Amino acid sequence: MSQSYNRGLIEDFGRWREFSAGMWAWIFHKFTGWVLVGYLFTHIAVLSTAIPASSQDAAVLAANEDIYTTTIVALESLLVVRILEVGLLAVAVFHILNGLRLLFVDLGIGLESQDKSFYASLILTGAITVASVPTFIAGAF
Amino acid sequence: MAEHYSSFTKGGRLWLWQRITAAFLVVVLAFHFFLLHFVYHADEVTFAMSQGRMETLSYYSLMILFLVTATFHGVNGVYNALVNQGLTGTKRQAVKWTLVAASVVLLVQGVRTANAWAGFTTFF
Repeated sequence: MSQSYNRGLIEDFGRWREFSAGMWAWIFHKFTGWVLVGYLFTHIAVLSTAIPASSQDAAVLAANEDIYTTTIVALESLLVVRILEVGLLAVAVFHILNGLRLLFVDLGIGLESQDKSFYASLILTGAITVASVPTFIAGAF
Repeated sequence: MAEHYSSFTKGGRLWLWQRITAAFLVVVLAFHFFLLHFVYHADEVTFAMSQGRMETLSYYSLMILFLVTATFHGVNGVYNALVNQGLTGTKRQAVKWTLVAASVVLLVQGVRTANAWAGFTTFF
């Protein structure tokens, strides 16, 4: 018979002080998931400028003055966009690492150390994000 | 040894697909970030460079599969989160079909965008 944990309703966020590591992992996974799906819709909307760009003159495309290139260049010239991209990376890396943790737990591997693997996900996310800042900010100033 | 534990119902096909797409996305999302931020830099993006990548059939196919799996995983994740919050009955059905409609719009627009680069039809 399988054992289950009764820690009360996790959706009752008012109990946050009582939350254990696994419950925080669940909340962070949901939060980062919401951000990523929101970004997916925004991302496709911005990339859609490639549709009108594809019918612009060859000379305009060759000069990189088409609507797609100018939109991306304008966005990337804004420091706030670069900072948001670092945030997006942090969100994506955590979702990937914690997602791997969840896949392993679902396969029955590592349940005993699920709290440690959550902390490892957080530390690794922080390290990868910090190490990526120079690449993400390059050219913004 | 600890017993197998999961908060999701076993046997559900959506449950399984959420995990299959997760395993795929772990690799492809990491590749996507690496290619478009570390190999090519975000401020060097041009239509011609994107076109060059998307005209390669293997890259185009990977991006279409990326679009489909990310849309399913994201939208199904939102649906699961709302059901976990206690969404039921008519509201649940309304949310479900709204999410299905949003997914269709995203997929159509994503394919049109990929096609614009690859030189295929953009339909309308």
